[in-house]
Amino acid sequence: MNWKRASIAAAAAAPVIGLFAWGLTRDPNNIPSPLPGRQAPSFALAVFAPGQGGVARPIGDTVRLADLRGKVVVLNFWASWCLACRDEHAALSAVAATYEGQPVQFLGVLYNDVPDKGTAWIAEMGGQSYPSVNDPGSRVAIDYGLYGVPETFFLDADGRVAFKNTGPVSAGMVRLKVDSLIAAHAKSGGAK
Amino acid sequence: MIARVWTRAAMAAATVLLLAGTAMAQAPALPAAPRSAPQDSGALRVRVQGTLTDAQKNDATLESATKSVASQLRCPVCQGLSIQDSPSELSQQMRTVVKEQLAEGKSPQEVRDYFISKYGEWILLEPQAHGFNMVVYALPALLVIGGAVFLIFIVKKWTAAPAAPTATGAGAPTDDDDAS
Repeated sequence: MNWKRASIAAAAAAPVIGLFAWGLTRDPNNIPSPLPGRQAPSFALAVFAPGQGGVARPIGDTVRLADLRGKVVVLNFWASWCLACRDEHAALSAVAATYEGQPVQFLGVLYNDVPDKGTAWIAEMGGQSYPSVNDPGSRVAIDYGLYGVPETFFLDADGRVAFKNTGPVSAGMVRLKVDSLIAAHAKSGGAK
Repeated sequence: MIARVWTRAAMAAATVLLLAGTAMAQAPALPAAPRSAPQDSGALRVRVQGTLTDAQKNDATLESATKSVASQLRCPVCQGLSIQDSPSELSQQMRTVVKEQLAEGKSPQEVRDYFISKYGEWILLEPQAHGFNMVVYALPALLVIGGAVFLIFIVKKWTAAPAAPTATGAGAPTDDDDAS
């Protein structure tokens, strides 16, 4: 065996193998968003599903992000045709209900869908504790760099995007993010 | 001997061509051509009818600029398609945003920057030629040059004059005999 040639071949192949190995560790569907850390894009969207209890908003009421300053905002993009949205709905709705009375606003945003189908879907799923708004033409979705549903954005009390989750959320994850943002807001003196 | 040298040279050339081909395949693809042919544009209608107003000419220009920018933006819900070529609803909505922003007076670069600020540079089908992205543009050329240098080196080595035959080797059959 020619050891010199074998070592040259191995040295040439090593970077290629290393590159492929690194590629295998990455999820090609996970596209990093440039939004976290930046001011969240503003919006003013009409409510089509009111939500329940103290957080309910009348149908047709306009929700403006600017009016939610001082609250942690959980913005969940969903659609009635989205199967993964079914997986997270019960947990998200239940967690949202536990934050009633706290400086937190959960908001659903209907993506590429019609409000009637959204309303029927919510009824089929047993209700939704927080209000949902419609996003005609997906303008807000594009502003948030959406490429699928469900996607959930966690905005801090200063209106900045703190975190984005692609795919279904779990109750534990939502609590962790929301609690940390409430704590950060309280620490900065915002909750006085 | 000559036949063997040329066989090896041909094999080396094929290897370099294969490397070059692979490298070129890795080069960023040019933006996909708009699905609609230029004949569909308003510009043709202007020429045929000859009576269109400035507003209609502006429409044709806007349409052309929209197609150009949309051809450079990746469809977020497709595999390797531009928003110009994708029939998906999100792509149609993104094309509308492109058109509206151009109509508002934004430059094509400003429209691209808007989408980059939302989706990151991933949204561009062709990476911008700066920073680490330059590797994508430089690597194919470097591989071709490196392959050519390697080929020249190896062919020179193979075609170099053989060492003088030793006394014991005299009279032994050579490759030249095979080649004749």
